[in-house]
Amino acid sequence: MKGNEAIAEAAIQAGCRFFFGYPITPQNQIPEYMSKRMPQVGGCFLQSESEVAAINMVYGAGGAGARVMTSSSSPGISLKQEGISYIVGAEVPCVIVNMVRGGPGLGSIQPAQSDYYQSTRGGGHGDYRMPVLAPGSVQEAVTLTQDAFDLADRYRTPVMVLGDGLIGQMMEPVDMEQASNRQPAADLQEKTWAATGHKPTQEAPRAIINSLYIDPVVLEQHCMKLQAKYDAIEAAECRWQEEMVDDAEIVIVAYGTTARIARSAMRKCREKGIKVGMIRPITLWPFPNAAIRATLKTAKKFLCVEMSTGQMVDDVRLAVEGQRPVEFYGRTGGMVPTVGEIVEKLEGMAGEPSAVEQLINQTTAALDQAATAAQETFAGFGSKIDAKVNDPAFIEKTEAFKQKTGELADKAFDGLAKGATLLGEIGSKAFGALSDLIGGNKNQNNNKEGNE
Amino acid sequence: MAVVFKKTNMLTDKPFHYCPGCTHGIIHRLVAEVLEELGIGETAIGVAPVGCAVFAYDYFNCDMMEAAHGRAPAVATGAKRVHPDKAVFTYQGDGDLASIGAAEIVHAATRGEKITVIFVNNAIYGMTGGQMAPTTLPGQVTTTSPYGRDTNHCGFPVHVSEMLSTLNGPAYIERVSVHDVPNIKKAKAAIKKAFTLQMEGKGFTMVEVISSCPTNWGKTPKEALEWVKSDMLPAYPLGVYKDITAGGDE
Repeated sequence: MKGNEAIAEAAIQAGCRFFFGYPITPQNQIPEYMSKRMPQVGGCFLQSESEVAAINMVYGAGGAGARVMTSSSSPGISLKQEGISYIVGAEVPCVIVNMVRGGPGLGSIQPAQSDYYQSTRGGGHGDYRMPVLAPGSVQEAVTLTQDAFDLADRYRTPVMVLGDGLIGQMMEPVDMEQASNRQPAADLQEKTWAATGHKPTQEAPRAIINSLYIDPVVLEQHCMKLQAKYDAIEAAECRWQEEMVDDAEIVIVAYGTTARIARSAMRKCREKGIKVGMIRPITLWPFPNAAIRATLKTAKKFLCVEMSTGQMVDDVRLAVEGQRPVEFYGRTGGMVPTVGEIVEKLEGMAGEPSAVEQLINQTTAALDQAATAAQETFAGFGSKIDAKVNDPAFIEKTEAFKQKTGELADKAFDGLAKGATLLGEIGSKAFGALSDLIGGNKNQNNNKEGNE
Repeated sequence: MAVVFKKTNMLTDKPFHYCPGCTHGIIHRLVAEVLEELGIGETAIGVAPVGCAVFAYDYFNCDMMEAAHGRAPAVATGAKRVHPDKAVFTYQGDGDLASIGAAEIVHAATRGEKITVIFVNNAIYGMTGGQMAPTTLPGQVTTTSPYGRDTNHCGFPVHVSEMLSTLNGPAYIERVSVHDVPNIKKAKAAIKKAFTLQMEGKGFTMVEVISSCPTNWGKTPKEALEWVKSDMLPAYPLGVYKDITAGGDE
């Protein structure tokens, strides 16, 4: 199935019965498919007069309690921002699909990821966040579209499915069996808050779908309530996929189409022995900060790859908190990065030493330099000594010294030898006299013993 | 003691915030009475505009939605498509409907969207402090046309009822006024007919109500009503501009 059509069918299977949209490439297959299918399932497809009208029809239908969706591409999503802000403020659940194309302005109709800021920072005015789901395949687009309806209803918020021209236009085999007739999540409550034109009761008083809080005290309370909701979403709904990160020295962060290309680059690098892994954010907001930080155990560097001039890379840097270098590789304007380009970038990063290695290298170099200097110094000494030793005057002096000391030594030895002979003679005589003396005393002693 | 007048229960007890002499209060009451009298009020869904009637959701005692500036017909479209059996209406001023929301009203009308639009035309932006509206009369002084509206510089007023009546989608379009009792009665009849035709699924219905704005016109309430008669009505003639049921039962 084509990505766009798969998303449309997934929405219908998830109980979406209202679709309002306006033609824009590269997402036209979604409204076209809806226009064919909605009447078959008792739903309503309506082609609006503008993107602005479409998102406000979504507001009306969502506020009236229905599962509702709209889809568009970048310039159209810009037009929808007013409505998205109101939908957030009034806490109306709905699903918005953005098949991103190159920008700014009319840009191109080719795939891009340059709406990351707009999607994750809240493209409209005011203090808000919006869950953003980024499928990496047509199959995942089906799952995430259906999940988006549950998320929207669970938190009473718009949810964006952020694809790109490739995800929308690509044909892949899709298993729709699990997605077929998907029931809303079990935890979802009845929409008693919705403006359904019901008779007011004690349990369900009249509904007011509204984003106006003229009293700043009350608006602040409302914004804090929204913030608490965003905290809950961050805690419970963050999703990502990690691949080969256990021993990864370089961790790629990429989403959607780019993650598919980066995956091939990662595998190529592994074949070359470069330890590359990948974190693929599935929710762009909430962003998988903890998952990225967990890779710091082995990661020496990060590479963020995007089809933009660098938007998500900001979030990667925030996640890494300056503990490692985060590099970026991107193509933009509808250009798609190739596996070869990413591999080349990764090889370059692998070739470069790490900070610690750089320090060691610097120290080694300094030591080498010192050794060379020492060698040179000692070599200088040596040559000076050689010159001195080979000097004829020096040789003459040493020869004369040797001769003199030799004669003196001969005389001294002669003298010593004579002395020694004399001493020997004197010694012999002295020992002879001593032995006579010791002999007389011996006899006297023997007699004494005989008397007792 | 016999009850001779009772406030309709389709209005809440919240006091209106409107200026003295403003006719929004009368128009609110007419709409609310019609909703009650037709028995469609408790299950109705109303859409409030941006402008003086921005707090309409506090006054109409039914399910309400607050729309972005000019977008009420689109919001009402969404609600009506989900609940085709319920009465869905918008309540919009002339800045909201005829300027920033011109695209939404034209396309809701041409689609024959089965909603009722209450269009309150006082020829000025009231809530923001009296700026020139698309409906401001030639020569009329406002805070952004201090020398009077110069048609050579900023064109001519939009005649919405006349314009929309050229389309095939609308079932009923009438322009009324509430500057005196006979006209208030006519206005109520028009509003009732519009809601009746909506519930019969006949198509898009709109009642344009000429209203006064003493505060921003710089007039007393009495002078303002006189100016409606002397200046507004010649520029915006009252009457039925579209009625697909005409010539039938009548």
